[in-house]
Amino acid sequence: CMTPAKDQFQEELVIRPLHSGDIYASFQFRTLWDTDFLQEGQKKVSHYRLFPKSLGQVLSKFSVQELHISFTQGFWRTMQWGQPFIPSPPGAELWVWFHHTVSDVDGNWKELTNVLSGIFCASLNFIDMTNTVQPSASFKPLGLGNATDHRFLRYATLPREIVCTENLTPWKKLLPCGSKAGLAVLMKSEKLFHSSFHSQAVHIRPICQDEQCTSKAWELRQTLNVVFDHYTSGQGKKEWSLFKMFSRTLTEACPLASSSKVYVDITDNPELFELSPATPLLSQAVVLGDRRTYSVYDLTRAETFGQLRSFNLLLRWKGDNMLRPLLHAERYVAGFGLQTGEIHTVIYNNHPYRAFPVLLMDSVPWYLQLYIHTLTVTSKSRDNKPSYIHYQPAKDRHRPHLLEMLIQLPPHSMTEVTVQFERALLKWTEYTPDPNHGFYVGSSVISALVPSMVAMSTNFTQDQPLFSSFVPVKEESSYFVRVYTEPLLVNLPTPDFSMPYNVICLTCTVVAVGYGSFYNLLTRTFQVDEPSPPLAKRLANFIRRIRGVPLLA
Amino acid sequence: MDYYNLMRIFAFIHLLVSIPHGYSNYVETKAGQFFSSGHTNNWAVLVCTSRFWFNYRHVANTLSVYRSVKRLGIPDSHIVLMLADDMACNYRNPKPATVFSHKNMELNVYGDDVEVDYRGYEVTVENFLRVLTGRLPPSTPRSKRLLSDDRSNILIYLTGHGGNGFLKFQDSEEISNMELADAFEQMWQKRRYNELLFIIDTCQGASMYERFYSPNLMALASSQVGEDSLSHQPDLAIGVHLMDKYTFYLLEFLEEVHPASQANMNDLFKVCPQSQCVSTPGHRTDLFQRDPGSVLITDFFGSVRKVEITKDTINLTSPVEPPIQRSGSGDIQIESLTYVDQLPVAEIIHQKPKQKDWHPPDGFILGLWTLILLVFFQTYGIKHLKHIF
Repeated sequence: CMTPAKDQFQEELVIRPLHSGDIYASFQFRTLWDTDFLQEGQKKVSHYRLFPKSLGQVLSKFSVQELHISFTQGFWRTMQWGQPFIPSPPGAELWVWFHHTVSDVDGNWKELTNVLSGIFCASLNFIDMTNTVQPSASFKPLGLGNATDHRFLRYATLPREIVCTENLTPWKKLLPCGSKAGLAVLMKSEKLFHSSFHSQAVHIRPICQDEQCTSKAWELRQTLNVVFDHYTSGQGKKEWSLFKMFSRTLTEACPLASSSKVYVDITDNPELFELSPATPLLSQAVVLGDRRTYSVYDLTRAETFGQLRSFNLLLRWKGDNMLRPLLHAERYVAGFGLQTGEIHTVIYNNHPYRAFPVLLMDSVPWYLQLYIHTLTVTSKSRDNKPSYIHYQPAKDRHRPHLLEMLIQLPPHSMTEVTVQFERALLKWTEYTPDPNHGFYVGSSVISALVPSMVAMSTNFTQDQPLFSSFVPVKEESSYFVRVYTEPLLVNLPTPDFSMPYNVICLTCTVVAVGYGSFYNLLTRTFQVDEPSPPLAKRLANFIRRIRGVPLLA
Repeated sequence: MDYYNLMRIFAFIHLLVSIPHGYSNYVETKAGQFFSSGHTNNWAVLVCTSRFWFNYRHVANTLSVYRSVKRLGIPDSHIVLMLADDMACNYRNPKPATVFSHKNMELNVYGDDVEVDYRGYEVTVENFLRVLTGRLPPSTPRSKRLLSDDRSNILIYLTGHGGNGFLKFQDSEEISNMELADAFEQMWQKRRYNELLFIIDTCQGASMYERFYSPNLMALASSQVGEDSLSHQPDLAIGVHLMDKYTFYLLEFLEEVHPASQANMNDLFKVCPQSQCVSTPGHRTDLFQRDPGSVLITDFFGSVRKVEITKDTINLTSPVEPPIQRSGSGDIQIESLTYVDQLPVAEIIHQKPKQKDWHPPDGFILGLWTLILLVFFQTYGIKHLKHIF
């Protein structure tokens, strides 16, 4: 009889103290499964152990090759916090690579979004043709693949989507140990949502099973990134512990995990902060172009938990330091009034002497009508012509705008991309119940190969910590990074929704008064009616009648 | 023997005879109760129809009924929860991921294990009626469907702002009492419920159940026509009113109920009299077949399953053996797979523009060409055709 395919589960928590006194915690849970959902001729997979069945069935039913979905609350401040391990835009983002055997990609995409909205309790069913785009050069597959025909890629974002406990609950239920053991016990929603940034994501892709890379394995990564602000969650003190961040301490590793580790970034130690309990286990990893040193706490070993059977980290700040990320971007809307406006995207390259290319992808909804003839790209106040432009105009109520440009950023410069737009007037049924809030435009995505200060390793081995092995590295001198800008909130001209009621009242009044008067004039007959004379006159007339004298008028 | 002893023996014999008789009566009444309700599963549809931060109390109302219903046994898969706005993670909430029902933040009804099925803009009259009648698009996931059958007892709870004969959804549309009555009639004709309990907590709530005409419906409302339902108490830290009076006392009543309790509908009708609620709660039972005194609270709020114990052995079929897979097919050469370059600059610059599928000219272009040809033939006549062909 056949042995079930091998699967393993690893969990990891990375704590990175940020220079502003805030603290960044990144959870990653990875399930590796040596099987292939999509291989033709193989019987349907029916035995699920560590891999969640709900996702496995979704993958095989819709022939999905790669799936990335993220739910984020808050905006990642690159200037203050550096680069995240796994970037994500505010709201919900979903991008999917379908297998090349799929014939109706749009139909599969529609059904997939509905199924995922049920799994994650989110309103992903609002993803339809009006906010889905097909990028032509961005979002290449992060897993194995040789056919990169962009007809099988779909990308959509819902910037308005709210993240709350109802999204965290099903996310936690996908983990093999649930939220009962291991690192997932730290995930208490009251603490996680009281933060500056909260992002939970699911990434599914096929990766190499081993060094020779002859067969595929499916990797499911569930990541949760959270940044705790020392003003709101920290009560103003620059002192952090696991108990203060999550209101829990760790008591055991997940029994189903083959590795369960906590990493603390101590590259700036001891000048920046003090860490206890100290550990002799150190590890170095090259991540985001920089060599960082980490203290490693292995939860599968009993001595980590000490006498009290509970593990609590303590970090105390000592100094301040500023960080300059090499690449960051901003976006805002300029202009006044409710008719026209201008979108400005500003990209900063802070490298002192190296220039590098970035791919900017903008997806603007159809109700902001872009005028592409006003598109300008300037660097250091000179025109900078992009080496590749792909523009797909919008179709009203059918398709959004898609603009992709490959721009070379000169060293130590600021590049500004501006385009003017006009706001459309929607039909009155297309407005949301709260139209005066405004309409959201999704974040721009900037994909770049940033020159690295340290040589990156191109060997994709299994022993690397999870946070440094997410993006496959092809060359040593640069690392791939994705930066998201702010979403925009734009006011559209809103009609007065009480107008129909007012019009009906006014019209009916005018009709009633006008027609009514006219009708009365035409059909009314007048009769002269003499009023009865007063008493004195009546008496006088009576006496005059008796006397036979003419009566009074 | 004297008379007293005789009496004692007579009483003893009488007792001996009557105990088994009384016991069988007891067993019969218990068995009668066991089979009295006639339902096999429970569903709940809980709807909050108001948007905006100052309507916090409506979300708290719905979540407190959700909490009671979950506590008494109905699982998430049988609850359709619709919340029109997000209060817990709203930026104005001083304690994120919490929704409180009592002031001084005593009871967090949001909890750590909540699943909202319809949220935000999805809570519309159309979606509500589609959920009730089951006419949803085929791609709707199971958690968003009301998959009830003819032996289901359904609890429907609505809260929000309402008036005489209507309930407002998200400040932009309304549902009228006639539409609701017709939806219930559709449910009855499609055999989608066994018995239905309808609770509404809005101003003039009794007007919403006036027009019901389907059988097996019981309805409760927080106020009569012409009366307003009032909110209970504000919390000064959060800044809004936390609950409505009727649901506050309903929650208090339901907290006392546990899965085995025998409280019945008459106790539910007594919840929140006018002295506490200021408005007069109403109820309607004329369409209901059973006597409300014999209907247990757990028939609607809980999910008490009837279990049948059997002593027979059941043979399970042997598991299906999957076919032995050929490991590492010999004839197909194994090529090593590679990762894709994330930003292949050279490739992107030389990328050919995507070939668009050819579509026949539509609409405007076709009309324009027809006009040109028409004008041409009009001016020059047919005999010039040979110049073209």
